[in-house]
Amino acid sequence: MRLLDWRVIGHLFLRASSLQRKRAILTVAAIAWGTVAIVMLLSFGEGLKNQLMKGRRGMGENIAVWWPDETSKVWQGLPEGRPIRPRMDDITYLRARMTAASGVVGELTSWSSSLTYEQTTITGRVTGTNWEYGELRHHFPQAGGRFFNANDEREKRRVIFLGDELAEEIFADVDPVGKTMFVDRVPYLVIGVMQHKLQMGTYKGPDEGGSVIPITTFAAQFGRQQLTNIVFKARSAEDMPLARDQFNQALAGKYRFDPTDEQVLGLWDTVEGARIMSNMMIGLQFFLGIIGALTLLIGGIGVANIMYAVVKEKTREIGVQMALGARGGWVTGPFVLQGLTYTLVGGGLGLLTAMVMILLLGLVPVEGNAALEFLGKPTLSWQIAFATAAVLGSIGILAGYFPARRAATVDPAETLRYE
Amino acid sequence: MNWPIKKKKNGTAGLNGRIIEMHGITKVYDTGKIQVEALRGIDLTVGRGEFVAVVGPSGSGKSTLLNLLGCLDTPTDGDYRLSGEAVAGLDRDHLADIRNRRVGFVFQNFNLLPQLSALENVEMPLLFGGVGRRERRRRALEQLDAVGLADRVEHKPTELSGGQMQRVAIARALAMEPDLLLADEPTGNLDTSSGSDILSVLDQLSKRGRTLMVVTHDPALARRADRMVEIRDGEIVEDRPTPN
Repeated sequence: MRLLDWRVIGHLFLRASSLQRKRAILTVAAIAWGTVAIVMLLSFGEGLKNQLMKGRRGMGENIAVWWPDETSKVWQGLPEGRPIRPRMDDITYLRARMTAASGVVGELTSWSSSLTYEQTTITGRVTGTNWEYGELRHHFPQAGGRFFNANDEREKRRVIFLGDELAEEIFADVDPVGKTMFVDRVPYLVIGVMQHKLQMGTYKGPDEGGSVIPITTFAAQFGRQQLTNIVFKARSAEDMPLARDQFNQALAGKYRFDPTDEQVLGLWDTVEGARIMSNMMIGLQFFLGIIGALTLLIGGIGVANIMYAVVKEKTREIGVQMALGARGGWVTGPFVLQGLTYTLVGGGLGLLTAMVMILLLGLVPVEGNAALEFLGKPTLSWQIAFATAAVLGSIGILAGYFPARRAATVDPAETLRYE
Repeated sequence: MNWPIKKKKNGTAGLNGRIIEMHGITKVYDTGKIQVEALRGIDLTVGRGEFVAVVGPSGSGKSTLLNLLGCLDTPTDGDYRLSGEAVAGLDRDHLADIRNRRVGFVFQNFNLLPQLSALENVEMPLLFGGVGRRERRRRALEQLDAVGLADRVEHKPTELSGGQMQRVAIARALAMEPDLLLADEPTGNLDTSSGSDILSVLDQLSKRGRTLMVVTHDPALARRADRMVEIRDGEIVEDRPTPN
């Protein structure tokens, strides 16, 4: 288009100020509302995604959890249905063979031990495990405490690390660290309490409600060696398939079963879970986006509607302009510009409103609010703003374009003939 | 009335100074079921500076002829040259440019843009003609001054009388200095005194060498023309000089 074209279009656009103001306001409001809807929906989706990702990381990153099971296939003359029960020492064996794993730990679990401090006794879960567990399974100590270390494990020390909720149940207001408590009437020194964390996946109850002691200490007190779980961490998400393969080969070699036996080797791979969840979140975001876009579309139809009315009202003027020598583009341009203006003004107002709403929601404390703890806070990202702007822009152009096209088909000879 | 003296434009009219050359023009409106033949074989030549009145009963094809002359519509068949330029086969934008530069329209119902002032109305064709802002204003004021409305330039059409509105419309039609001024019943919506005002404006224009074509029922107007063309059923039945 030549410079002249833009000048003429701009001039006519600014002149076309006699608009139906009330309808224009309503239309702008509809667009604003649609924008609020799309931005809020996407922002809540984003917040939920962030919260889920955080919650998933609560258990540890790139980890897999295995449970003992029975074989389901015949292998080298051995029958199916054999229970496979690895023992404490197998952890060392597995570590040596799983080069793709950055950590392998075993778990021995007592589901209902009596846990006593002074007059309080409750029944709770005690897990014996290796000292690497703290990092691997994200059991981070609150200030003033620690997780147990290699020495504790080697020396079979009676030290205990408590989940934060369990600690509160037993100790109430007292600081547990440094206190002595009893696990099935055997004294333990409390060395740390877990930092509160958001945990969404669990395989034996949330970590905040359990306690952990060195695996050697557990074996000595409870007289058990058979592992209730094996947990390993891949070096990276990409290494997980290799780590799993190495795990299968090592375990199947030692216990003589088919390394493709899915019943024995079935485990919880959180990397795969994360991928599935991530896909689900993308699907959810997409779905929310479509709902928002449809809401916005209704506003767009409003704009198109008002533009059609304007075109109809101005049919004669359009005819006059054509008779005076206005080209097609000069007639349609102002209408497209007008539709776009309504949409962008409404969109701007909507975006502003949504931002204020998100800001206000951000002030509501998440802690202790069950719904918000799961939902997370709505989060506005650049991608959301960009997607909204793109949807707004295209709706605006379409809402102006179709009425403008009708304006271009005005036959001046027809409209100018008589009153 | 006081128009500035303009030099005759060179090279815009056809050879031998003809503004309008129509040969075998037909116009058929196809409404789907029936075809209406509005014009059947019009031959018409109008020279520079002529004042032609087109008369005839309603539905005879006068307005259709005017639309074709003004390039608002294109003929079904036949050859039309405006100032020597063949109009057939031109695209919409090209026709718009021709309307802008070569033709000025005056309508029965004035057709001023209601939200614009008299001045802005007259500036409109200049805007489409790519004339700069300052020059636009100067030329629009000049035209309004010529029709005696120098003191009404900021008025909206609703604040003007019928005769004043029609004078604004004439100023607008002349703003681009067109070769041809087309008027469709210019006095049809006016009382007698306003009508005679407009008639004297048209007289002035004719005396100053403008080419005018006016469709009219008004015998007073038709008598002022140099030439009268009568149309019936889409054909020219009479074409004679008026006894002045």
